[in-house]
Amino acid sequence: MKIKKKFDALMRKKERALITYICAGDPTAEKTVEIVDALVKGGVDMIELGLPFSDPIADGATIQAAIDRALTSGMNPDKFFRLVGSMNVAVPLIVMTYYNIIFRRGVERFVSDCKSAGITGIIVPDLPVEESEELHQCCQDSEIDLIFLVAPTTTEERINLILSKASGFLYLVSRLGVTGMREDVATSTRELLKRTKAPIPKAVGFGISKPGHVKKILEAGADGVIVGSAFVNIIAKNEPKMLEDLAGLAATLKSATK
Amino acid sequence: MEKTFGRYGGQFVPEVLMPALEELAEGYERYKNESTFIAELRHYLEDFGGRPTPLYYARRLSEQFDKRIYLKREDLVHGGAHKLNNTMGQALLAKYMGKRRIIAETGAGQHGTATAMAGAVLGLKTVIYMGAKDVERQKMNVFRMKLLGAEVIPVKSGSRTLKDAINEALRDWVTNVGDTYYLIGSVVGPHPYPTIVRDFQSVIGHETREQILEKEGGLPDSIVACAGGGSNAMGIFYPFLKDDVALFAVEAGGKGLKKTEKVAYHSASLCAGEEGILHGARTKILQNEYGQILESHSIAPGLDYSGVGPELARLVDIGRVKARNISDGEAVDAFHLLSRLEGIVPALESAHAIAYVQKAEDVGRLVIINLSGRGDKDVEIVAGLR
Repeated sequence: MKIKKKFDALMRKKERALITYICAGDPTAEKTVEIVDALVKGGVDMIELGLPFSDPIADGATIQAAIDRALTSGMNPDKFFRLVGSMNVAVPLIVMTYYNIIFRRGVERFVSDCKSAGITGIIVPDLPVEESEELHQCCQDSEIDLIFLVAPTTTEERINLILSKASGFLYLVSRLGVTGMREDVATSTRELLKRTKAPIPKAVGFGISKPGHVKKILEAGADGVIVGSAFVNIIAKNEPKMLEDLAGLAATLKSATK
Repeated sequence: MEKTFGRYGGQFVPEVLMPALEELAEGYERYKNESTFIAELRHYLEDFGGRPTPLYYARRLSEQFDKRIYLKREDLVHGGAHKLNNTMGQALLAKYMGKRRIIAETGAGQHGTATAMAGAVLGLKTVIYMGAKDVERQKMNVFRMKLLGAEVIPVKSGSRTLKDAINEALRDWVTNVGDTYYLIGSVVGPHPYPTIVRDFQSVIGHETREQILEKEGGLPDSIVACAGGGSNAMGIFYPFLKDDVALFAVEAGGKGLKKTEKVAYHSASLCAGEEGILHGARTKILQNEYGQILESHSIAPGLDYSGVGPELARLVDIGRVKARNISDGEAVDAFHLLSRLEGIVPALESAHAIAYVQKAEDVGRLVIINLSGRGDKDVEIVAGLR
C-alpha cells in the first residue's frame, strides 16, 4: 500500500499515523511474520522493517541489540526480501537500513527488490540528501518513497533541499541523539515541528514510547509518530505473551492518535 | 575543499551531523591559514611535541638490506608516535572553534593517549571511547589516558573493538554536537576529516623532503609507510605526490588474505577490500557479500581496522601508491631485526614497512621508511609470542 494513500485515508477519518519500527529477523524470520501480524491487528498504520547492518551508528542500545539478534538469527538481504515478499500486509511497509547494505546489493537491484516485495518506502539514516542522487532516481522510477530525516540541527536551507527530494513523509528527529526511549517530550521537538513547513506529512521519531508523548507531539502539529524501542523492548523479552503485548501497546498508542 | 577523491570520500552520516561537518569545514578553512593558529600549532608541535623529528640514516640496516635506508623518526614525537601531529592540530582547531569538549575513539590507545595529551595541554574536557576488549588488552594505555585527565568509556557493543568505538563516538557526537568536537584519529570518516588529518600529518612529508634534499642532494627512489587507516602514510606521501618517487602503503596481511562471513584474518582493505561505505565515507572496506562489515585482524593494534582512508584508496586505484601487505610473522621478525641492528624498537605497525623493504625488489636503492612509532607499547605482545 502507498504511504500517501494511507495518510489520506487517516486524514479522512481525522486520525494521525502510528508508525512502528521492528527489526526483521528479531528474534527469527518466522517470528517477524507473527509480529507484523500482531502489530497490524493492534492498529498500527505503517511498519518500518529494519534490515540489519553490522554498524548502525544512528541507533541506540535497544535497537543495536535487536540488530545483533537479527544478524545472529541469520537475517540477510536475500532472506529479507523473500520474507517480506511472502507476507501479505494490509499497511504500508517501509524498509530502514544503512547505505552500505543498499550499495553492496546495487542500488537499482535493491529498489527493484523492494518493489517486488511490496515495500513502498525506504529510510536510510546515514544517507544525507547530498549523497542520495542515485537512490532517489531509482526510487522515483519505481514509485517508491525515499523518506528523509530532518534533525533539530537542520537549517532552513537544508530543509528546503531535503524537501526537494523527499516523498511519503518527512521523518523529524525529535532531539539530538540516537534512537531509544526517553521520559519526556523535548521543546526542540515542538520548535522543529513549528519551523518545518512541508507539503508532505510530518512524522516524529526517536524517544517516543507512551500515549502521553504521542498526544503532545500530535498536538504540536505532527501528522504521525514513529515508535521503535518500546516495541523492540517487548520483543527482546521474547515471552510467551509477546504478540499479545505488542498488539496491546499498538492499540494503546493508536488510541492516542485518534 | 573537495568532498570526494574520485569516487571515494563523501559524507555518509546522519542528517543531525551535516551542519556540524559544515561548521568544521568552515572552521578549518578559516583557521588553517590564520597566522596566530599556525604559530600556536607550530609552538606546540616543536616545544611540546619535539618536532622536527630527525631523518636518520640507518647504516647497519642499509648494509643488511644492501640499500641506502633512512628512517623518518616519528617514534620520537611526544607520546611515541606520529599521532600527536594530528591530535594537536585538531584539538587546537576545536579550541579556536569554541568547543570545550573533545571526544575520540581509540583502538589500542595510541590515538586516545595523543588526544588526552593535547586535551590536557589545551585545557579541554576529553572523553575517549575504547572497545571493551581493547580496554582489557591495553590496561597500561587506559591508565595513561586517565593519568592525563581523560575519561575512558569502554564500548560493549558489537565486536567491542575499534570500529565499535568509532560507532559509539559518532553516537556521542550526534547527541552532543553543540559543544563537542569529534577528534577522529586517522584520514578516515566523512569529509572534511580525511583532508584535515592529511594536512596535519603532512608535516612529516614536508620535513622529510627538506631533510633528504639536504642529506642526499636529491629525492629518494621510494617512500614506504604502513597503512591501517592511513594517516602516517598520507602524511609522508602527500608532499611527494607530484614527484618521481615510488610510494608504498604496507598493510597488515595478518594471518593471510582470507575471510569468513564474519571475520577477515587481515586488515588489508587496499589489497583485498571492496568498495563500500563505512564510518561516513565511501572507500575500500572489508565486508561480506551482503555488506556487513567484517572484524579485522592484525598483530599490530594500530593497523587493525576494517576500512582505509578514501584518498589513499583513490591513490591506489590510479596507481600512484602501490598497496602491499606483510604478515604478522614477517612484521615480528622485522621488529626484532631493527631492535638489534639499530637500537630502535619499532612499533609493530612500522615493522610492517621495514619488513616490506627487506623483501621488496621494487623499492629502488634510496629508500625512506616512515618509522611511525616506537614499540615500547608492543613488548608484551611480542614477549607473549615466545
